[in-house]
Amino acid sequence: MIEVLIFATLNGLVTGLLLFMLASGLTLIFSMMGVLNFAHASFYMLGAYFAYSISLYTGFWPALIIAPLLVGVVGALVERYGLRRVHKSGHVAELVFTFGLAFLIEEAVQFFWGRSTMNYESPALLDFPLFTLFGQNFPAYKAFMIFISVSIFIGLYFVLTRTRIGIIIQAAITHPNPVANLGHNVPFIFMAVFGVGSGLAGLAGVIAGPVLTTFPGMAAVLGSIVFVIVVIGGLGSLAGALVASLLIGLLQSYAIASDVGMQDLLDLLGVSFAADHPLNDIWRLTLPQIAPIMPFLLLVLVLIFRPSGLLGKRES
Amino acid sequence: MGKLTIWIVFAVVLLVLPQIFDSVLSLSIFTQMTIAIVFALSYNMLLGQGGMLSFGHAVYFGLGGFLAVHAMMMIEFETLSFSITLIPLVGGVFGLLAALFIGSFSTHKAGTVFAMISLGIGELVAASSLILVSFFGGEAGVSGDRTYGPPFFGIDFAQDDHVYYLAAAWMFFAVLCMYLFTQTPAGRMANAVRDNPERAEFMGYSARRVRFISFAMAGFFAGIAGGIFAVNYEILTEENLNAATSGRVLLMAYIGGLGFFIGPIVGAVVLTLINSLLSNYTDLWMLYLGILFLLTVMFLPRGLTGLLMMHRVAWQLGRMRLLLLPYTLTAIPGAVFILGMIAMIEMSHAEDAEFVYLGLALAPAGYGSWALLLGVTAVAFFVLRRTLPRLREAWSQANTLPRQPRHEDGHP
Repeated sequence: MIEVLIFATLNGLVTGLLLFMLASGLTLIFSMMGVLNFAHASFYMLGAYFAYSISLYTGFWPALIIAPLLVGVVGALVERYGLRRVHKSGHVAELVFTFGLAFLIEEAVQFFWGRSTMNYESPALLDFPLFTLFGQNFPAYKAFMIFISVSIFIGLYFVLTRTRIGIIIQAAITHPNPVANLGHNVPFIFMAVFGVGSGLAGLAGVIAGPVLTTFPGMAAVLGSIVFVIVVIGGLGSLAGALVASLLIGLLQSYAIASDVGMQDLLDLLGVSFAADHPLNDIWRLTLPQIAPIMPFLLLVLVLIFRPSGLLGKRES
Repeated sequence: MGKLTIWIVFAVVLLVLPQIFDSVLSLSIFTQMTIAIVFALSYNMLLGQGGMLSFGHAVYFGLGGFLAVHAMMMIEFETLSFSITLIPLVGGVFGLLAALFIGSFSTHKAGTVFAMISLGIGELVAASSLILVSFFGGEAGVSGDRTYGPPFFGIDFAQDDHVYYLAAAWMFFAVLCMYLFTQTPAGRMANAVRDNPERAEFMGYSARRVRFISFAMAGFFAGIAGGIFAVNYEILTEENLNAATSGRVLLMAYIGGLGFFIGPIVGAVVLTLINSLLSNYTDLWMLYLGILFLLTVMFLPRGLTGLLMMHRVAWQLGRMRLLLLPYTLTAIPGAVFILGMIAMIEMSHAEDAEFVYLGLALAPAGYGSWALLLGVTAVAFFVLRRTLPRLREAWSQANTLPRQPRHEDGHP
């Protein structure tokens, strides 16, 4: 029991922190432009694919630096030549634009790399078990993932709250016009933040690619969950995004590791149903089975009962 | 042309179309179109008329369809006995019930909150459909047979053209109802709430109730579309209620044009054609569709119908003649440019040594073909850019009111 709990916690931590790398960029972009970027997870996918192609020539470590930078440039170009143009037509058009972009990036990835799974592997340097607990190995690469995610969080927090650049960015988010009057190039700041946010998503893709497999559907798998996190945490709240990421990561991890189901609940209540009962699909549900839908259930509940999210201040 | 005439022409076109194009393929495309039209119009009740961006509209289409298949199965096993022609109504009723339930809590707010709830519900239902195997049939889906039940004037719907006429009749009915809905007070209030909810509330209307009514009606018509789908394909799977289907209906409505009643119809027809014809020629049609969608959002925010409607002023002023030559001059290099780009995209994916494109034999391996295509495309691009100023000038000329005095110094 205890070893299941420990490993479920560690795996939940890895997933949660990975989700946070995506959610942090998404929530930053949201608080800046007021638009949820549907294509955010597509930048994550681009990161994994770029890193795979680069690593064929240079190995993993240079790819870890180059791929996120490339994704950041792509993101900045998207903002400059796409979103800025659509901005005139309103928020719905912007949302629909990012939706179309996600669609297009998925097709483009299939165009350049094909439909099959890429053979993108973690570096040999980290290919050893970090420690062994109750006969189960914890790979060093997962620890590396935790390390990268935590350093990103600390770095982002430091830059946003303790440096001059961060102060200007925060000011540009809430008061764009006065900041522009002080002589700062606000459109450039927006483009840069969009680029950095996309780059962070790319970095998440680079480190997640070897573990979660690099294939054309990887953006769709994570995309809606990242959305859920940003909304649950409270739109525009970085701390909320962290809490929600860890919550979802741990929740899913525990649900998958557990072996309880409706049957146990029914036994506890002393109820039983015939073998051909029409609702047997429900009476035989198990927790691992419903793990994939838990984030969405949580989303709907949060939106109904607390539309501003866990730590959010604004509603829409 | 009066409104009645338009509806009569519409009905006649629906009747005559399969007589003109009578191949199996065209019949199947027409039936697909009817389904897409009803579905896209029902989506436009939310986004275009009510201002609610939904990412989970396939839920009502799919649930309606699944219930319709179950009703078909009940007819087959004689638990129920009614004509198969009423199956789309079964879909509609269950689409409505689902929308009444979900709309009761999701229409509190429009905007991002509504969009996110619709996304969550969509994912929730799609994922649950894989878990609840006995109702949704898991990965394989559920299938029925439309030839049972009491025959409808001797027709048992074994033939494809019978199904087309059934689908077309339901489509005509649904389109008429949806049009009439836009003319009712509820339909007009939906527009008001979309544009300014606060003001609508001050007039004494509950914005939430207005949204709820639109939402329920949209669910009803999406369910009808699902029911027609069930009759036509006799099978429903998880694919019919997942996010991809929700995305496709958004694409249709947006490319067609949200601001016009006819917009989603145009979008549904164009996208069905792309879907069924282009996919015969190329594996990359989804890529082209994505590019088309993004270009539409960027350059034609009012969709293809908006592009046509832009010409209303010039048409009423009788100045379409002025645009004819500049349009032709722009269209020729434009077409060459697009064809050149497509040729390069296709050639980079060609597997054989020789690649025939528009009767032109190209060699993907050699540099010659690439240089030729690049050259032609680049030249077309520069010619295209040269023709644009002339087009712009002709456009402003064609759209200027004749009596407006012209000042020499350029000030109005």
